[in-house]
Amino acid sequence: MSSTIAFIIIGVSVLFILGIKFLSSPKTARTGNLVAAAGMLIALGVLLKTDGTSVWAHGWSFNYTLIVIGTLIGLIIGAIGAYSVKMTSMPQMVALFNGLGGGAAALVASLEFQRGAHSLEGITAFIAGSMLFATLIGSLSFSGSIIAYLKLEGKFEKPMTFPGQNILNGLILLVILGLCGFLTFNASGGNATTAFIVMFSLALFFGVAMVMPIGGADMPVVISLLNSFTGLAVAADGFAINNLAMVVAGTLVGSSGTLLTLLMCKAMNRPVTNVLFGAFGSSGAAQTGAAGVVGTVKPIQADEVALLLAYAQRVVVVPGYGMAVAQAQHSVRELTEELGKRGVEVQFAIHPVAGRMPGHMNVLLAEANVPYDQLVEMEAINPSMDRVDVCLVIGANDVVNPAAREDKSSPIYGMPIIDADHCKTTIVMKRSMAAGFAGIENHLFYKDNTRMLFGDAKASLNALVAAVKAS
Amino acid sequence: MDTNVLFIFILAVFVGFEVISKVPSMLHTPLMSGTNAIHGIILFGGILVLADAATPLAQALGFVAVIFGSANVFGGFMVTDRMLQMFKKKK
Repeated sequence: MSSTIAFIIIGVSVLFILGIKFLSSPKTARTGNLVAAAGMLIALGVLLKTDGTSVWAHGWSFNYTLIVIGTLIGLIIGAIGAYSVKMTSMPQMVALFNGLGGGAAALVASLEFQRGAHSLEGITAFIAGSMLFATLIGSLSFSGSIIAYLKLEGKFEKPMTFPGQNILNGLILLVILGLCGFLTFNASGGNATTAFIVMFSLALFFGVAMVMPIGGADMPVVISLLNSFTGLAVAADGFAINNLAMVVAGTLVGSSGTLLTLLMCKAMNRPVTNVLFGAFGSSGAAQTGAAGVVGTVKPIQADEVALLLAYAQRVVVVPGYGMAVAQAQHSVRELTEELGKRGVEVQFAIHPVAGRMPGHMNVLLAEANVPYDQLVEMEAINPSMDRVDVCLVIGANDVVNPAAREDKSSPIYGMPIIDADHCKTTIVMKRSMAAGFAGIENHLFYKDNTRMLFGDAKASLNALVAAVKAS
Repeated sequence: MDTNVLFIFILAVFVGFEVISKVPSMLHTPLMSGTNAIHGIILFGGILVLADAATPLAQALGFVAVIFGSANVFGGFMVTDRMLQMFKKKK
């Protein structure tokens, strides 16, 4: 590698680091994304083959035509996906793109492994090991992401469990690792190709087996974890084909993704092992009964709510995924603007796992033009919740369930929640009395200061806007 | 094997941890999507293996790898940008 190219690669690495750094503040986030994209483009220009010659300096062959066509097809698929996806389906989209990346990493590693193993010089155990690692991690990330996508789309949302599942999965993993060990030192042996195909298929199957027992509500954590897996697979590929830009980019994603996964689990107050092996929803579904719930549900009409809101000093909105499903973001914004005109102080309380993925709610509200400085994180707003006149819970359920504080037998006991029950009056907007995504009874609905506004969230909100305007 | 690469790997692990340690949860989704786009650099791996592909099978698999990688990198950056352009401060 010439020193000019080395300097360019160093610059590209700095761009990736800055890109991720900028992504962690709302003011600079968009720039950060573009900075990383620019780094990618520059790295493409100086792409080197393993022998150190530029990939673009060779004579044009059919393979290059394939590269151009393939890249264009990918570009079109990516663009259609990126610009047509609804904001509510964002987690699915990330899962799909991640799966594609994992699949690509596995294919690249497989091809390099087969080529290296059958070349004259062979491959060293270290290179073979990193290619096998990339194949294993990449293919399980591929199949796991597809399952995560399907679960978020509502297909077999419930965890699929059977006794001895963790042991069976452990055994499969052992076989995979055994095959990898064998292949590391016998890359070109007689049974190598068969062993490789078996390993590849088992890794694909393992991705499915790993994600199937995890409930739909935990998919964001799974996607974040698989995202960091893909990063590591890409880094391992980078080792194998001696591409530093890939090593740096893959490793950055691998480590930041791991930290992000842990941060998400922390926000849900559950250890990551519990998410991956605990088969959450299955234990929760067993006890949906209203055990320990006292009080009755008290309905309220929109006109009455509008009066409460219009003459309040401080109103806090707690949005949930249900709000997004009802496409009610714009009506919510309209309502808050109307209240703002009357001098009511309005804030949004955002639970770390509101929506289907941490930060998902912020995206959904941003789409409806709610300024981000009106959004307050849970920890920041909880201490002042007892000075809130009206708390409007729209389509949120588990994140405001006081059972997390009060009921030790509840599956969500210990999860940090927004203290909606501490407000003077809490209005819960809900379609019906059905339980939430995790299937757990909500104690909030039965509190003395809680009123239920039943009906479609969007219709109710529009009624509220009209009533506030009139009052 | 060049140990320099391992050295870079270890440093990158720590940098990756460090740069996002203070990210607010409101940005988790764009951050996940943005880092997802960055590992789309696997497109380069696809280009390299396809450039050297010698058999029809290798060409076919390399072609698929290029499509996957390309969708990952372009789609990832585009969808992240689409999300982030909506984040606005109060005027």
